[in-house]
Amino acid sequence: MKRKEELLQDVVIKFAGDSGDGMQLTGSQFTNNTALMGIDLATFPDFPAEIRAPIGTLPGVSGYQLRFSSDRVYTPGDACDVLVAMNAAALKANLTAIKKGGKIIANIDGFDSRNLRLANYPEGENPLENDSLSSYEVIKMDVTKMTREALKDIQMGMKEKDRAKNMFVLGFLYWMYNRDMETTIQFLKDKFGKKAEILESNIKALQAGYNYGDTTETFTTTYKVEKAKMEAGVYRSIMGNQAVAIGLIAASEKSGLPLFLGSYPITPASDILHELSKYKNFGVRTFQAEDEIAAIASAIGAAYGGSLGVTTTSGPGMALKAEAMGLAVMLEIPLLIIDIQRGGPSTGLPTKTEQSDLMQAYYGRNGECPMPIVSASTPSDCFDAVYEAAKIAVQHMTPVIFLSDGYIANGAEPWKYPQSADLKPIDVKFKTELGHGEDKFQPYVRDEKLVRPWVVPGAAGLEHRIGGLEKQNITGNVNYEAENHQLMVKIRQEKVDKVADYIPLQTIDNGPEKGKLLVLGWGSTYGSIKSAVAECLEQGYSVAHAHLRHVRPFPKNLGDIIKNYDHVLIPEINNGQLIKIIRDVYFVDAKGYNKIKGTPITKGELMDEIKKYV
Amino acid sequence: MSQVTTAPLTAKDFQTDQEVRWCPGCGDYSILAQVQKVMPSIGIPRENIVIISGIGCSSRFPYYMNTYGMHSIHGRATAIASGLKASRPELSVWVVTGDGDSLSIGGNHTIHLIRRNFDINILLFNNQIYGLTKGQYSPTSEEHKITKSTPFGSIDHPFNPLALAMGADATFVARSMDRDPKHLQEMLTRANNHKGASFLEIYQNCNIFNDGAFEIFTEKGTKLEETLFLENGKPLIFGANKNKGIKLDGFTPVVVDLENGGSADELWVHDERDFYKAQILVRLFDNPKSEGHLPRPFGVFYETERACYEDVMRLQIEEIQSTKGKGNLDKLLKGNENWIIK
Repeated sequence: MKRKEELLQDVVIKFAGDSGDGMQLTGSQFTNNTALMGIDLATFPDFPAEIRAPIGTLPGVSGYQLRFSSDRVYTPGDACDVLVAMNAAALKANLTAIKKGGKIIANIDGFDSRNLRLANYPEGENPLENDSLSSYEVIKMDVTKMTREALKDIQMGMKEKDRAKNMFVLGFLYWMYNRDMETTIQFLKDKFGKKAEILESNIKALQAGYNYGDTTETFTTTYKVEKAKMEAGVYRSIMGNQAVAIGLIAASEKSGLPLFLGSYPITPASDILHELSKYKNFGVRTFQAEDEIAAIASAIGAAYGGSLGVTTTSGPGMALKAEAMGLAVMLEIPLLIIDIQRGGPSTGLPTKTEQSDLMQAYYGRNGECPMPIVSASTPSDCFDAVYEAAKIAVQHMTPVIFLSDGYIANGAEPWKYPQSADLKPIDVKFKTELGHGEDKFQPYVRDEKLVRPWVVPGAAGLEHRIGGLEKQNITGNVNYEAENHQLMVKIRQEKVDKVADYIPLQTIDNGPEKGKLLVLGWGSTYGSIKSAVAECLEQGYSVAHAHLRHVRPFPKNLGDIIKNYDHVLIPEINNGQLIKIIRDVYFVDAKGYNKIKGTPITKGELMDEIKKYV
Repeated sequence: MSQVTTAPLTAKDFQTDQEVRWCPGCGDYSILAQVQKVMPSIGIPRENIVIISGIGCSSRFPYYMNTYGMHSIHGRATAIASGLKASRPELSVWVVTGDGDSLSIGGNHTIHLIRRNFDINILLFNNQIYGLTKGQYSPTSEEHKITKSTPFGSIDHPFNPLALAMGADATFVARSMDRDPKHLQEMLTRANNHKGASFLEIYQNCNIFNDGAFEIFTEKGTKLEETLFLENGKPLIFGANKNKGIKLDGFTPVVVDLENGGSADELWVHDERDFYKAQILVRLFDNPKSEGHLPRPFGVFYETERACYEDVMRLQIEEIQSTKGKGNLDKLLKGNENWIIK
């Protein structure tokens, strides 16, 4: 039947269900499909730390929020237009996140008395049957029953059949948003090609969902979002951790250094290990170490041997690696320490996002132990930022910390990927023999960047010993003298400070060069700040946005930029960390906006905050 | 110009200009001398030898060896060496460590290196004490030991290092001592020749904080009675007059008096390749002060071949590269699915 097709500019859908309901898969499939249409998007997967939290309960709810638009988008959206609720708990957990007038697609089967009880609804109360949802458009469908019906001819258990429920929902949404399902059918074939029944059941459920929308007369409208007006070019979809992995391979290829990853599994960083271990055809060596310390120690060993040594982790692992990082500082060898931050302290909130390791990265080691710190602001920016971090490490002979977080690590966005030829070269040269006039190799002699030579075992005549004890300037011999220690502490600091001469100057992302308020951010708050500042600018406020990639050392002009505004606001997903350093370095009365709820800052709340200053 | 030595190297070529700073009389001096003596004979150029140590008295070792070396952090030498060997399999990698470094703070990395069977030589200088921190008991100290941290005697049960290594599926397990240079040289050579993780425990006297810990095994008056030097294919015989032997009674080793009715035919003949008997042999670990104790064995307890981690890692990469072709960065950047914005 012919239906009305409505054109929309911007849609936020949240898929919510039990952690076993396949919501992450459903969300990522819809995301992929959306990306391939050339529609801009941002995502926010939000899931519990438990692999299978108790079924039907509020803590067990897994969500995947996707925003897509024919305009550029930088955040997954403050509230949803559509909530898919696979059960009562999923509805309850997300009710405040739905826009008034928004759609709720509810799976009736997930609202039986047992599910209602597990979701803590009072006895006898069903939100689908009273008027509590009257300000929303509720679409009730018995997904379980219809999925079973669609799969009745397939020889498999009911439990297995029910696993295809998410595909029914996905099919329905594909119909609702006028999509072609081929991307998902292909995905299913790749995933389940060898398991004929599972493949068939998934495809059938997907088609049944689509046909349900198409043939049921109650649904009168389908929706369409047009291609976004993005910069011309070829795009792909990318997730943050995937971008880190690809960025590391790119740095390895462009520097000619073999890539070695020493890692111990930890949420939300493990996907980098998973991803890199697929790419052995690039000569990548991935070493799943026995613990976090062995992970960094093995990377130090590999770096000492001439590899691009990398270790990946999250906050608790960072804490364990601290002593070894100090060794790398003392040895002055290149190393990349990748911290995908999560809620802390201790085990904290493993699957929730936070920016609370900045202080740990800055100061979390014994002694005076400076290291450059590079941060990524969006999923695709992880590629550029980690590439930059690797370049600094090998060209300045220093360990470098790279900070990302759970939000951008798991979030996806379109990426106008580069060509390898367009990537900045990473020139690295090992010292392999004594230079003219040199009669003895001096491991701690320095060039104009204060960088010592990189000599790897195998170079005859350059045999030398290094270690964690204080080094004598130039010779590198063990030395405990007072003057020498002071000198070496100062040199190590100056070496890191000098990195500022080789990184780009800070730019203003959006807004005037002088004005009332500068919103200064770092890391994953980029999208929220970008959106909030853009809208405030449209409304005529005097506000600008600058976003730091280099948090240590800061770009040389950052102080001058800060001076051009009456106020500085620093939003962070922590209790105020960058702000302490900015106040310390630039003596500015910066104000913080701190949200520590395991979720990104929303555009709306940040706009409210901005307006207090302008 | 690089100064590659073409003449045969001598022990002197492995000495550095750094003053050796162990306490006078320390057993480490002898071990250093034996390593320097053995190195020229193993046929590996100095530039391809890397010695990695952790923290402790013994861990100063790399500074005194004219090879590549790293004096790292406490307990982690084994993990650093693993990363180096995984990425540079052609290098000869040696770990110098102590009983605190490798069995206490670094115990985890030690067993995992052994389990993975990296072709690395671990020299465990066991002095049964924490020397560098001035005399606390270590994980190999005997029970009831009076030290600075245990004025009323330690209550810890000690590790049996070789049994631990066997438990981690070591492919080469041996013991030697600082006071027997010839035997130590032989064991160092064997450890080097073994392809796989070589675990060589060296009894080392700390004459400051634990003097005489091993003297019953090392000194003339008692050595012959208290030690059992293992030789492959030979019966287990010991004693001042080679008058005693060991036989197995079921799974239990017992002493046979060869002068008083014991027969040499019934003696246990050492087979370095016997996995099951090696488990018993490493358990000859009696307190030498206890009544009816067995002698302490020295030599190669066990040796076998098993694939080395670094080789399998390299093979896997080569296999994947030959089936998939070498990675193409532009293809990787592009990914599987793209769309064009005009």
